[in-house]
Amino acid sequence: MAPRWVWRLLSAPGLLFLAVFFLVAFYAVVAVGLGNVTTQFQPVPHWNPLDWNVGYLREALSNLAPGGQMWPVVVRTVLYIAVAMALTLLIGYPVAYYAARCAGRWSGLILALLVLPFWISYIMRLLAWTNLLASDGYASEALNALGVDRLFNTLGLMEGDDWLGGQPVTVIIALVYGYVPFFILPLYASLNRLDQRLIETSRDLGASAAETFRRVILPLSRPGIYAGMVLIALPMFGDYFTQDLMSGSPNTNMVGNIINGYVQGGPDKSLGAAMTMLLSAFLLIFMAFYLRSLRREQREAE
Amino acid sequence: MKLRRDPWGHPRGLALVTWIYIIWSLAPVIMAIRFAFNEGRSRTTTQGWSLRWFWQDPTLSVFHDPSLHSALEQSLTLAFFAMLIATPLGIGLALGLQRWRGRGSGIANGLTLLPLVTPELVFAVGLFMLFTTAFKFIGLGTTAQVIGHVTFSVSFVVVIVRGRLQTIGSDMEEAAADLGAPPWEVVRRVLIPLLIPAIGASLLIVFALSIDDFVVSQYLASGADTTTVPMRIYAQARAAPTPALNALATIMLAVTLLALLLAYLVFRFSTRGQKGGSAIGQLAGLDARIDAGGTK
Repeated sequence: MAPRWVWRLLSAPGLLFLAVFFLVAFYAVVAVGLGNVTTQFQPVPHWNPLDWNVGYLREALSNLAPGGQMWPVVVRTVLYIAVAMALTLLIGYPVAYYAARCAGRWSGLILALLVLPFWISYIMRLLAWTNLLASDGYASEALNALGVDRLFNTLGLMEGDDWLGGQPVTVIIALVYGYVPFFILPLYASLNRLDQRLIETSRDLGASAAETFRRVILPLSRPGIYAGMVLIALPMFGDYFTQDLMSGSPNTNMVGNIINGYVQGGPDKSLGAAMTMLLSAFLLIFMAFYLRSLRREQREAE
Repeated sequence: MKLRRDPWGHPRGLALVTWIYIIWSLAPVIMAIRFAFNEGRSRTTTQGWSLRWFWQDPTLSVFHDPSLHSALEQSLTLAFFAMLIATPLGIGLALGLQRWRGRGSGIANGLTLLPLVTPELVFAVGLFMLFTTAFKFIGLGTTAQVIGHVTFSVSFVVVIVRGRLQTIGSDMEEAAADLGAPPWEVVRRVLIPLLIPAIGASLLIVFALSIDDFVVSQYLASGADTTTVPMRIYAQARAAPTPALNALATIMLAVTLLALLLAYLVFRFSTRGQKGGSAIGQLAGLDARIDAGGTK
């Protein structure tokens, strides 16, 4: 067996790269968010923690807190993502279950078709919808002919008949469309590993199909559901392009749009950095949860 | 995969839901590709068939419009360099982490896994701040974009290669070492050849991640000549005057699928008669993506 230093040496370049461009890069966000600006509003990072200035962080916090200027955006973001996740679960679970357990001789084809969206750029998948939902697009014409726009109007989910004109419904469905594949695959993997004998035992012992589902299958697929949920929640909270392409209206802005606007557009890059810090702190809860379960699985595999 | 008996018999309802979902997930993209072959200028209705928007149109086609084909060149350049840098870094990292026990290994593992679950926006803001402050000497532009793409794809390589290392076990290596091969020879003559399929899959996944990336490319761009295909699509999706944009997206997708096919053939060829993992699954990076749960 090769001595230990060989292995450490092999991993050194990669670790160094990640340390600089991942850890130090994140520290740059902290340094800018807790830094200052020049008279031309150019950010001046404060690398030394002793010089930190909490002004921007405090401003970001009061903006995003209840009663703050951006509070409605925070509420909207959480609402959109919660509805999108619920719909994702509703669509994704049956699909993953069928593909993993009942597809029989079609399973190879179905799996390939479920993986395909991974290889199509997310932006291209949204481009496809901008074609179909334009006012003279096939999808919006079909939906309007079926009266779906009028139904959504009466339900208060939509205003007017322009599907790309700042409709919350369009943004939420686009989020579902965009992220469902990332939910289905981890769930597929966990359902695929589910022990068939447990289901058969439950049936043999007299449980009905519904009871077997509720008391055996569902509890066993819970880790897969949680993993998939976390996996799509994380990028959704940082998403700004779905909203931009499917609506573009400030009325459907999400937190990602606000951060993107500060960092890329306006003079308040420091405020944008401070908001990125807050978002990361919030998402760290999800990340910690996910990494813990991932590590546990790795340890079991070894 | 073998046929499984299900306590529900054949669930027609589930089958229906699944097929409707598959159609819903793919049909829009097929329509977008269809519009790229339009004869007319519409991007919302079908208007005959032609290759006008690929190269026939003398000014507006992908081939003749500099803003479109420069985006294509930039995307391919970034993917090429990202592939070339991220794959060896990731392989080294995977080999090291696989055998590294004890002090420091927890931190090293965490550092490798963390990028997989970090939202792209956080990544992009971080690198943007880094290259506009402390690393001003690099600045924004192609170099920064390549570094960004390597940063988010290295961890995928690590997951793929570690998966393969687990499949092949350590018997061969130990045999080589027992027969007197020095450590570097073990790596070069035993491990690397066994890792060829994983290396192929890694190259492909880095290529695809890089080609599809939008957020990091956009934050680290420095102007028109660093615009990539997804950036061009994002900028014009709502306002593009002709289906040339769809043609551009179609070319990009064709390149990705071609790379996928190529890697699949390499994978099939190099793992003939070996056990472990389905070819499609491993190749598609599916195993890696499921294990790592990356969402790009």
